[in-house]
Amino acid sequence: MTDTASPTHGDEGETRRDFLYLLAGGMGAVGTVAAVWPLIDSMNPAADVLALASTEVDLDPIELGQRVTVTWRGNPIFIDRRTKAVIDGARAVPLEDLPDPETDDARVQQAEWLIMIGVCTHLGCIPKGQKSGDPLGEYGGWFCPCHGSHYDTAGRIRKGPAPKNLVVPPYSFVEDTKIQIG
Amino acid sequence: MSDFQTTNPVIKWIEYRLPVFSFLDHAVGTKYPTAKNLSYWWNFGSLAGLALVIMIVTGIFLAMQYTAHVDYAFDSVERIMRDVNYGWMLRYIHMNGGSFFFIVVYIHIFRGLYYGSYKAPRELLWMIGVVILLVMMATAFMGYVLPWGQMSFWGAKVITNLFSAIPLIGEDIVIWLWGGFSVDNPTLNRFFSLHYLLPFVLVGMVVIHIWALHQFGSNNPLGIETKGPQDSIPFHPYYTVKDLFGMGVFMIAFTAVVFFMPNAMGEAINYQEADPLVTPAHIVPEWYFLPYYAILRSVTFDIWFLSAKLIGVILMFASILILLVLPWLDRSPVRSSKFRPVHKQLFWIFVADCILLGWVGANPAEPPYLYIGQAGTAYYFAHFLIILPLLSVLERPRPLPNSISEPVLKGGGTAMGATAKPMEKA
Repeated sequence: MTDTASPTHGDEGETRRDFLYLLAGGMGAVGTVAAVWPLIDSMNPAADVLALASTEVDLDPIELGQRVTVTWRGNPIFIDRRTKAVIDGARAVPLEDLPDPETDDARVQQAEWLIMIGVCTHLGCIPKGQKSGDPLGEYGGWFCPCHGSHYDTAGRIRKGPAPKNLVVPPYSFVEDTKIQIG
Repeated sequence: MSDFQTTNPVIKWIEYRLPVFSFLDHAVGTKYPTAKNLSYWWNFGSLAGLALVIMIVTGIFLAMQYTAHVDYAFDSVERIMRDVNYGWMLRYIHMNGGSFFFIVVYIHIFRGLYYGSYKAPRELLWMIGVVILLVMMATAFMGYVLPWGQMSFWGAKVITNLFSAIPLIGEDIVIWLWGGFSVDNPTLNRFFSLHYLLPFVLVGMVVIHIWALHQFGSNNPLGIETKGPQDSIPFHPYYTVKDLFGMGVFMIAFTAVVFFMPNAMGEAINYQEADPLVTPAHIVPEWYFLPYYAILRSVTFDIWFLSAKLIGVILMFASILILLVLPWLDRSPVRSSKFRPVHKQLFWIFVADCILLGWVGANPAEPPYLYIGQAGTAYYFAHFLIILPLLSVLERPRPLPNSISEPVLKGGGTAMGATAKPMEKA
């Protein structure tokens, strides 16, 4: 080892040693990341949690104008069977009035059925408006009591700190009155 | 080989092989010279240590009875309260111990702010302390989730949701933190695991904190360095006794709350089991988080591409992280506010501002609280970023005494002080 470190072998030896240092250090870093990743990834949703990812809901008992809450992946799903007047009201809103512009049409598969994840996009509280007697907010939709976000009859954010509209989950109509969420 | 003197053969035998006795003597004994003028404000470090020990001991025994599962957690805590021998006492001590831990740590921090304990050469000591505060807050937050009451659940949901404000990867981070799509059983389990782990991390960091402390010793009410033996006294027996006395006073206050008003600092709704489908009307964190909560909620407007939510989160973390750079914001060479007539006033205004923010945090985020919170938040950051740097230049400090012993001994210490180290800068 004294040979390579001696001044007579000068630059060449040092460059080679530097390269070996870098290579060894780089491999060490890659190895560390490879060893840590399983630990990190183990904290992601496990297979059994993911397996609960779809739910079927029978819409038949829901009456016109009624709002119903079901559970999907631990979160409430708001189902609102909207009347013609409500739908027309939501569609009459100009897009420039919306902080997160989205047409009512884009948020539903069938205009009568509004289906959304009932979790405020601000900090995750459950907005009020599903039970009769709940405050509906200034736009007749939902109102989050935690920090005062108002959602309209299409679940779009209108006022308050929430940045986004209530999220529409992936769902499909398996029958005329039955949906599968997830 | 060791300067440790003893006639006890057993201690001698051990000391020769493992010099633990001389180590302790240098750490907290007769060989650790400490400024002779420390006031009772210097008791709160040892009180924080006591609080940490109380929390670890009661926590270990509570963990023997607790079940970390969403179906059983709430009931297992109620079982501790009703069926386990002295379970109610262990839990009330642990529950209120958290609050008292924060009380003594906050006093400890404000003591440092008033007497300039963060200044050179103790910057790193101070910064380690700030990290200890952060770890302590994470530990307290996760511990509060374990009883699985309504406030446990919704506090956890709101605070973990803060991370969704991070652009692009925020949503994925939140799902990773939860281990699912909502705060649920995987979340409860990992919080329990980490809540058990972090206090021992704290112990390690406290050791480093004390290690850094011993490099230059404690600051003192005059904020000038000890200049010789006439300025200091041995830690043992003088400060061991004083710390013990302080612990006695602390225990009187602590046990009074534990036994006579154990739920005074808690939220009644946390005695209702967590319901993921019903948000309580008014979510508030524990009192020791209220000022940060007020700062978080004070931002209701977007700035450029940054959402109000993200700015609120950034400001909330910044309100603590700013303490890390405090030694470089306050450039005044004088440490103690005793000799800083303007800083002394502004310190108390700052304390009042923190209390005001705490009050705002306990109230709903609507006018007039909202505006008061915004003013309070602005002042909080102005204190660090504008007032302190300006004050370093504009304030004219009063003259410092030549040594610690001089004002105490009315000039009696000057003769010896003259032969000691030369006078420090400023």
